[in-house]
Amino acid sequence: MTAGAYEIKLDIFEGPLDLLLYLIRKNEVDIYDIPIALITRQYMKYIEAMKSLNLDLAGEYLVLAATLTHIKSRMLLPVSEEDEKEGDVDPREELVKQLLEYKTFKEAALGLDRMNILGRDVFGRDHAGEELEKEEQTLREIGIFELVEAFRRISLDIGQKDLMEIDAEKMSLSDRINDIVDELERRGELTFTDLLEDTGNRKRLIYTFLAILELVKLRIIKAYQAIPYGTIRICLARK
Amino acid sequence: MDNLKAIIEALIFVSDVPVTSSRIEGVLEDVKEKEISFAINDLIREYEERSGGIFLKEVAGGYQFRTGEAVGSWVQKLKGQKQASLSPAAMETLAVVAYRQPVMRSEVEKVRGVDISGTLRGLLEKNLIRIVGRKDVPGRPMIYGTTGKFLETFGLKTLSDLPTLREFKELGE
Repeated sequence: MTAGAYEIKLDIFEGPLDLLLYLIRKNEVDIYDIPIALITRQYMKYIEAMKSLNLDLAGEYLVLAATLTHIKSRMLLPVSEEDEKEGDVDPREELVKQLLEYKTFKEAALGLDRMNILGRDVFGRDHAGEELEKEEQTLREIGIFELVEAFRRISLDIGQKDLMEIDAEKMSLSDRINDIVDELERRGELTFTDLLEDTGNRKRLIYTFLAILELVKLRIIKAYQAIPYGTIRICLARK
Repeated sequence: MDNLKAIIEALIFVSDVPVTSSRIEGVLEDVKEKEISFAINDLIREYEERSGGIFLKEVAGGYQFRTGEAVGSWVQKLKGQKQASLSPAAMETLAVVAYRQPVMRSEVEKVRGVDISGTLRGLLEKNLIRIVGRKDVPGRPMIYGTTGKFLETFGLKTLSDLPTLREFKELGE
């Protein structure tokens, strides 16, 4: 087979598994009985083509190339007695499992894409009016230092009240992260003080603060302030 | 309350997110839950029967007005910009998260066979997925799940409303 027989449509592949599926479909071979030598040869041709086009070849493509070569060599070897004891596993088995799983999700992705998507196929109401209602304040995004300073002030307010309390409340950072995201989804915007003040005890206060820092770091929420030492507003960072 | 249906219709009309029936109950203090759900179902049916440009839909645990599928392309034209849909890569990542949640990034990467940091970030920014916690294993990797916005975007009532993987398979064949 000559290289000219290949249509080079590299950008349409979502990854090495996708390329492999394409080759299997193109050659009309059984996914449970992949002719490894043929498929490996064609796969390598694609890799070569990508290299010659100076495409930034993702490492994953090379990993699969190595796997294919390895399977091919194992299939050439005579089955040893040890292997036979172990139940004579087809060296392709693992790859087939992976391919089938990927295929399932590729189909699911296409299925999702066929659904009526809000903003593409169906539309909700535009809420232009609400943009106007928003205060004409210029807010600037703030960083960790302002958050820490604000935290210090609030933690001073809460004081040492619970010094003697034996705290049996189980808490985790992810719970607080979820609570905060839920609360923001419900109310849209919260102030830093809203979030910290209803916490009551010191441990909860610290967890809440850590959760806020984590969310800011992950860019899930954004924190804004109009003036230095002013109210810190927190909202979801969605587009 | 004889104008119950009209009130509910207005409440749903003005809201930018799907309105839950508990929020409607909160506004209409003395009305029984059952009456409200009857009225909502009535409204849904009326819009269906009218078969116009707008429908009342149950999505993401609430109710929302949306345009019909048949008129989508015209609305698109009015809006002027071509709405960017998700890339196939992003859609694949989203599909794995939706069906495998709660799921770690490494698990998604294993299924897709590629690095997913880019698509993951995009989906987080679009608020279609979110971090639901951290797994209690070394490194405490984050685990991901879908959001209410995901349900809203795909017009689903709840997660169990998602077509099964088998259904997608049959559709694809």
